[in-house]
Amino acid sequence: MIEHLPILQILVPMLTAPLCVLSRRPLVSWGLALAATWFALATSIQLLIRVLAEGTISYELGGWPPPWGIELRIDLVNVFVLLTVTAISSVVLTAAPRSLEKEIAEQRHYLFYAAYLLCMTGLLGMTATGDAFNVFVFLEISSLSSYILISMGTHRRALHAAFQYLVMGTLGGTFVLLGVGMLYMVTGTLNIVDMGARLGEVGPNRTVLVALAVIVVGTSIKLALFPLHSWLPNAYTYAPAMVTAFLAATATKVAYYVLVRFVFRVFGVELAFTALRLDAVLMPMAILAMFIASTVAIYQSDVKRMLAYSSLAQIGYMVLGLSLASVTGLTGGIVHLFNHAIMKSALFLALACVVLRIGSTKLDDLRGLGQRMPLTSAAFVGGGLGLIGVPMTAGFVSKWYLVLAALEGGFWPVSVLILLSSLLAVIYIWRVVEVIYFQSPPEGAAAVKEAPWSILVPTWILVGATFYFGISTSLTVGVASKAAALLVNGDAP
Amino acid sequence: MSASVAAALAVLWPLLGAVLVALFGEKRRNARDSASLLTASSLLVLVATVILPEVQAGKRPRFELLDVLPGVTLAFEVEPLGMLFALVASGLWIITTVFAIGYMRGHNEQNQTRFFVCFALAIAGAMGVAFAANVFTLFVFYEAITLSTYPLVTHHGNETAKRAGRVYLGILMGTSIAFLLLAMVWTYSVAGTTDFRPGGILAGKIDGTALVVLLGLYAFGAAKAALMPFHRWLPAAMVAPTPVSALLHAVAVVKAGVFTVMKILVYIFGLDLLQTTGASNWLTWVAVFTLLSASIIALSRDNLKARLAYSTVSQLAYIVLGAALASTWGVIGGSMHIAMHAMGKITLFFCAGAIYVGAHKTEISDMRGLGRQMPFTFAAFLVGSLSVIGLPPLGGSWSKWYLALGAAEADHKVALAALMISSLLSIVYLMPVVGRGFFSSPIAATYEGPHGADHENHKDQKNHGHGAPHEPLLCVLPPVVTAAGCIALFFFADRIYLLLEGMFLP
Repeated sequence: MIEHLPILQILVPMLTAPLCVLSRRPLVSWGLALAATWFALATSIQLLIRVLAEGTISYELGGWPPPWGIELRIDLVNVFVLLTVTAISSVVLTAAPRSLEKEIAEQRHYLFYAAYLLCMTGLLGMTATGDAFNVFVFLEISSLSSYILISMGTHRRALHAAFQYLVMGTLGGTFVLLGVGMLYMVTGTLNIVDMGARLGEVGPNRTVLVALAVIVVGTSIKLALFPLHSWLPNAYTYAPAMVTAFLAATATKVAYYVLVRFVFRVFGVELAFTALRLDAVLMPMAILAMFIASTVAIYQSDVKRMLAYSSLAQIGYMVLGLSLASVTGLTGGIVHLFNHAIMKSALFLALACVVLRIGSTKLDDLRGLGQRMPLTSAAFVGGGLGLIGVPMTAGFVSKWYLVLAALEGGFWPVSVLILLSSLLAVIYIWRVVEVIYFQSPPEGAAAVKEAPWSILVPTWILVGATFYFGISTSLTVGVASKAAALLVNGDAP
Repeated sequence: MSASVAAALAVLWPLLGAVLVALFGEKRRNARDSASLLTASSLLVLVATVILPEVQAGKRPRFELLDVLPGVTLAFEVEPLGMLFALVASGLWIITTVFAIGYMRGHNEQNQTRFFVCFALAIAGAMGVAFAANVFTLFVFYEAITLSTYPLVTHHGNETAKRAGRVYLGILMGTSIAFLLLAMVWTYSVAGTTDFRPGGILAGKIDGTALVVLLGLYAFGAAKAALMPFHRWLPAAMVAPTPVSALLHAVAVVKAGVFTVMKILVYIFGLDLLQTTGASNWLTWVAVFTLLSASIIALSRDNLKARLAYSTVSQLAYIVLGAALASTWGVIGGSMHIAMHAMGKITLFFCAGAIYVGAHKTEISDMRGLGRQMPFTFAAFLVGSLSVIGLPPLGGSWSKWYLALGAAEADHKVALAALMISSLLSIVYLMPVVGRGFFSSPIAATYEGPHGADHENHKDQKNHGHGAPHEPLLCVLPPVVTAAGCIALFFFADRIYLLLEGMFLP
């Protein structure tokens, strides 16, 4: 049983999804989905412990040994991503029912849970698989189900947003498939480890260059790297609150992992950064994302949309860490993957509370929220401090590594830019804080109660985690620095 | 209790006080305010009786809280400079609490519980800054002070307060993230540590222009030191209620800034490195410019609190100057000025508050003849002024003496001249307040409404009625006590000198 955990983690959510459809009852499907996500979380914790103790786990599907059979390969890098995805999915799903009652018709709740589980299946599969073609298959599973999730938003524009994402997402998926095809053509294998080894022998020819280009573009669309981000703001704004909290913390993170994996595992530092100068493309894009997205965020009148743009900027930080191509830089990127997932889902859950009680996330409607919903407001401030990167919050830890990596790499202007862009975060967060605490509630606004405990508690768990992982970093930094060393140098320290 | 545990407890203590205050809340305000007072007094006892003797004996009590990142620890270590800052902050907290209780109740201010909670949090931040064993710990508590004082600055919650809060947070947080954090990571990347060590940690690790740039990042990153051009937050923050201005903008916040500069120059760069490379020469010029121009601006301000604010900017530059001279006397003079200026300036702020509570005056030109009706307040103001100016027999004279010695030792004639000119200017901007108060005839017998309405909340008019100026006991006692403190510091300056001398022992 224990040795089958890698595949069970993917299978259980996948097979629970049709059960949700069969049951059709909101409460039953919620219970089933909850059991599946928490099982997946327990599995990732177990896998993390095993990987830390024994090193990389290779699971052979159907007993066929790689590179002929399909392999699930769990190493320090992706077990950390698995942990992030399952932890956030579990916490968000736990908070979901009350929020869904407000935003989705009750007869469709079971569909939400089914799509949620399928999306999670896709994300976990993309992360865990050792097979390049499987990455594409799971990518499509997660994408298709996330289109469904987004289209469930109350506003009619949700349909448009989902369609926009569908077009962009399909393009991204196709690019990835194209790249994988070319790599298969060059190397004759689909196993990622095998592919990496053989590509080293082939060297940088034109096909490899094109394969790298299309894979980077494809994954950049999925992770919404500037300027391929156009789908994200609408998708996050119009999706149901819980979907935004879930996708913001997981979908782009897994796409980032896929990019990291292809760049470092398949192409390798030598090929991607020395021969093909990937950093010359990614670093400017990442820096532009940090500045442009943060600046746009300052001018948003809808807080949910503002946080969506903030996500784009944070993706910039992660990609910047990758483009520095050093152990410290990648540590920063991977740590930020985890930290940002926690902070952003905390913020989006706080907004879910707001949607539930106020029915809007327009900045104007949030006036006086500090008096009306004190706990929700405080949670928002807590998550916001993390986003700014105040010391003793998780955001500070990420920033520390990114700045350190930039200085170590000799890119001192980049380190200045990282810090300047976080000043923009101060502005967009404090704009909201001023409205929440300094303005009185709108005239004639109905009295509102504080959000229900079923959402507040998960929100505060994530806010607490934002501070916890800013103070105790042995888990996050410990795993991320080893993972980065594994990716950059090919072995753990 | 060992001194190292006491150092950690001293940071924790005000936090516990904050929790207590919050628990009592508005309904049991007597219990709440007693809790504030009790925490403040017990903190001073803890600092003065448990930690001080150890530090005087040459020990450096150290307490490691936790490892945040590899090589980056949240840790406390008490050395003489931090000891002095902690004594000043905790000692003046008690007196300010008395004043604040009188002031806040006298005005029926809103949200008093939040006020006292944030006050205690800010003191916890100051203690953390004082006892920080490395730049990282200092940075954490430095930011904690910024965040916890933001609600104090914006206490009135109106448009003016919001705007001032924006300037306050914008400058303090902006500089600390853009400069101080960068400087810290840079230090870590070249030295592999951010620990404060006697003699510094940067010697041989970094030199030339990079050293000058790093120094600049630190000096401007600690914008709480209000070096020009990053001084605008200080006058802006004067919208806060007077007790906040008194403690935070004469003691905890601004002194945290100059303390940071001093500590980093002495324990990160090291005086030897600064002397041999001359990396801090330019900083003396910035300090000289700041102290002269702030004095001149102070002359032009009619609002008493604004004038005091610019006087603070000027006096803070003295301390930075002492550090930048990189001479032993300069450092001792600058460090001593932290204590001397705190005592003098808090007296002046208390008086400004007492004048506002007792007579509803904020503009200096309206204070003619007020001294005869409020003799104790104006006498205290006189003593405080003389100490800030630096005349014996008041504490301020010693720190100026050592600063001048430091300038002479470094053979910096311009700095010496600037010190003297600025002292003369401070006579010109402080003495008229007292002169008007005692020697001019009162404007009229009838009471006029407060001017400079945007500087204070004046809904209290109704509560006070239109009576003749009076001196409420809780508002007059504190300035008289701190004025006496200014005199006492003149006679006990040797104790401070002996303590500070420990900074240069290996």
